[in-house]
Amino acid sequence: MPLASPATSLSSQLLADLSKVVGEENLLHHRDELVVYECDGYVIEKNVPDVVVFPTERDQVVEIVKLCNKYDVPFVPRGAGTSLAGGTLAVGGGVMICMTRMKRILEINLRDRYAVVEPGVVNVWLTRALAGTGFHYAPDPSSQGACTIGGNLATNSGGPHTLKYGVTVNHVMGVEMVLPDGSVLEVGGLAEDGPGYDLTGLVVGNEGTFGIATKIIVNLTRDPEAGRTFLGVFETVDAATETVSGLIAAGIVPAALEMLDNLMIQAIEQAFGFGFPTDAGAVLIIEIDGLEAGLDREAHAIHEIVRQNGGTVKKSIPWRTRKEPEYVAIWKSRKSAFGAIGRLSPTFCTQDGVVPRTKLPHILRTITRIGEHYGLRIANVFHAGDGNIHPILLFDERDPEQVERVLLASHEILDECIACGGSVTGEHGIGVEKMSFMPKLFTPDDLAAMVAIRTVFNPEGRCSPEKMLPGGGGCLERKSPGHKASA
Amino acid sequence: MATEAKVQDPGIDLGWLADKIDYRRFQECVHCGLCTASCPTYIETGNENDSPRGRIYLMRAVTDGRLGMSDEVRKHLDLCLDCRACESACPSGVQYGQLIEPFKVAMQQSATGGNRTSLLQKLILHRLFPYSGRVRAALFPARLMQKLGLMDLMDKIGLTKLLPPTVRRMQAMLPKLGATGSRLPEVLPPIGPKRARVALFLGCVADAMYPETNAATARVLQHNGCEVVIPREQACCGAIHYHSGSEAPALEFARKNIATFRPDDFDAIIVNAAGCGAMLKDYAHLLSGPEHDAAKAFVNKVRDVSEFLVQLGPIPPTNPLNTKVVYHDACHLCHAQQIRSQPRQLLQMIPGVELVPLEESEICCGAAGTYNLTQPEMSEQLGRRKMDFIEATGADVVVTGNVGCILQIARKIKERESAMTIAHPMDLLDRAYSGN
Repeated sequence: MPLASPATSLSSQLLADLSKVVGEENLLHHRDELVVYECDGYVIEKNVPDVVVFPTERDQVVEIVKLCNKYDVPFVPRGAGTSLAGGTLAVGGGVMICMTRMKRILEINLRDRYAVVEPGVVNVWLTRALAGTGFHYAPDPSSQGACTIGGNLATNSGGPHTLKYGVTVNHVMGVEMVLPDGSVLEVGGLAEDGPGYDLTGLVVGNEGTFGIATKIIVNLTRDPEAGRTFLGVFETVDAATETVSGLIAAGIVPAALEMLDNLMIQAIEQAFGFGFPTDAGAVLIIEIDGLEAGLDREAHAIHEIVRQNGGTVKKSIPWRTRKEPEYVAIWKSRKSAFGAIGRLSPTFCTQDGVVPRTKLPHILRTITRIGEHYGLRIANVFHAGDGNIHPILLFDERDPEQVERVLLASHEILDECIACGGSVTGEHGIGVEKMSFMPKLFTPDDLAAMVAIRTVFNPEGRCSPEKMLPGGGGCLERKSPGHKASA
Repeated sequence: MATEAKVQDPGIDLGWLADKIDYRRFQECVHCGLCTASCPTYIETGNENDSPRGRIYLMRAVTDGRLGMSDEVRKHLDLCLDCRACESACPSGVQYGQLIEPFKVAMQQSATGGNRTSLLQKLILHRLFPYSGRVRAALFPARLMQKLGLMDLMDKIGLTKLLPPTVRRMQAMLPKLGATGSRLPEVLPPIGPKRARVALFLGCVADAMYPETNAATARVLQHNGCEVVIPREQACCGAIHYHSGSEAPALEFARKNIATFRPDDFDAIIVNAAGCGAMLKDYAHLLSGPEHDAAKAFVNKVRDVSEFLVQLGPIPPTNPLNTKVVYHDACHLCHAQQIRSQPRQLLQMIPGVELVPLEESEICCGAAGTYNLTQPEMSEQLGRRKMDFIEATGADVVVTGNVGCILQIARKIKERESAMTIAHPMDLLDRAYSGN
């Protein structure tokens, strides 16, 4: 992709007009300051935007969008830039609207259990602001320390605790957004189940193709009274995945249910030294929470199911709050898993697929077979309860032949996910990375319906062009594997 | 990408940098962005260029010849506090300090015109601060003026506004100066059975401004059964020089300290200032070749005083203080040395101390060595942010283990006319042991 030569392809009049809207201090146009905005967590494709603006209020967003229309330039919103699928790539250059200076928590209402935030609020800031109130914001992606709620809204983010508590769409009550023509749309609100279409549900997960959120109403979740976090140890991956099915079949809804295979355990142990058994075939992190009174009975059932599948519960962490040191340590190990594998291999490629839970043993056996076939080491760490797998392919980017094999293996894994009735992304989104899979996942009629809906919001296609839905000359032939970053 | 031309003038000595930075250090960053919200400057500006990931990207682009060391690039690298919060946040184990510090040295070497450290700053940083005797002498007029109430008078009638900005900021940061610097004897005996023999590192700015804290540290060590030796020939740790880009004098100080503190003679070399401690622990990275082994032996013995006491098994003090305390994590303790629980554990040992949590306790207060002199605006923003959180706790005493943080927070307390006081953990422990 050629680099747009900055500031020359963009009229100086537009720059001056943008500057009038946001002020010189809220605008970057010197090439040296734009380069860092050429990619996000997905580093395979890059393009430098022509200008980056930092609006501080909704009306500025409206004016910026109107100017982009007036001068006919594309624009794309960006939050913290932790997207793993290139959701914030400035395709075709243009104006990047960076929401990181709209970062106020506008209201916290505990009696009605909601909070109103601006899109640039970092996920964990909201949970921190709620500390001690007995409430929290439930969606907790592994990047929650850095990613913004605006970005979570755009990608419908998940996280380990979404198994019980649901993903972002289950926690957004309303959105104020600036549409690509500069009008302001308000969907949803403080009351639940309004009449008309569920536009809130439609807007969540739009990956920036519907417009730019400027205010988000989220619901707050009551902290559990207590919880138990168990470390189940198994000789084989099969035994661990059978346990997952067993737990769900027994009617237990864990707050989180995560699996790590042997390679992953070794990496994490090397990085954090938590005490995972490095000779285990797989471990499960099983977490339950709720009323203290019911936990012992559930804990007993979990021990039993783990035992029936030939495993043992090696650790049991009882907790009252999610701040207790051993609890923090086990989750830090899990949430930093991707980074830890960076210590074993110079480059790695993380995939994000989904299969029905009962297909987990099958897909993991398939991954092993694919790894053997291509002579690649593949580590696995994933949200087992959701059937959301993250195989991590280890390789050396300096060897083009290995790169080619990784690419083939990745595609084979994702194709198998589709064949199992699953999908090619559980939580990272389509962005630019996975657009080519969309025709495999959906029929032409399905896609046409989605394009029609996008056209309602974004008829000119100036907002986040060539994202999520193929067509419009968007598909790029990919020569290198997906990202090598963390989730 | 392939069409991109290399810059003509890199504006920095790339050869020297290539020698100092192994390129693999850049590749360790997988660009996930998990560090961004841990960075105080990014939290304030929301600009990726002011984030750790962005700065690594800039440094790599300069190294690759994609960008030159322009004023724009320089501005964002200069704004880095070097607080290392990003290292705590990074899952990939990127050693950010090993990237930014050589860059800061190279930037200083290639600086021209307005980018150079001002003559006054240079004089203060290099000729005054590293020598506690000189600082003490330089402070004599200030001490006299404080005593006569002239400093307050100057403040009131606005005379201090006539001072050059650097001096004005320094004046505002001056603590209430004690009567004289306390010269500690060379050897202090243990109280009770002897459990260890330690050497005490005094520091330069700290020893001149807060000599009582050094005396308190020595007494706390004595109460814990330590024979405390204070080597006379010790020098500044060199951090001020190294972090402002002057490598040569920093190395000289390192050599002098390694020669003075004979590590074989002691169970530990104790330091009570986070910034100095982090620097002393870094000597083995600074000195290579034949000096490396001696540096390593030295580093192996360096301990922050709280780290050492917890390892030794602290003797609980008996005199109650009955006060509400909030602890601020100095960056160079929590991020650079990963010391978080030990100071808290010691404070909680004191009868009557209620330790309350501090929001964002691991975010830099804006002091960052000489940052408050070189980047006053950002320093001020961060100081304000820190003080807001501190005030919200309603504590009586703010406690922190670094002289820079103490000066910065003390200035904010004074500005806001708060009734709060500030102390080093050793000050409180000393009172709890001595009962006065």
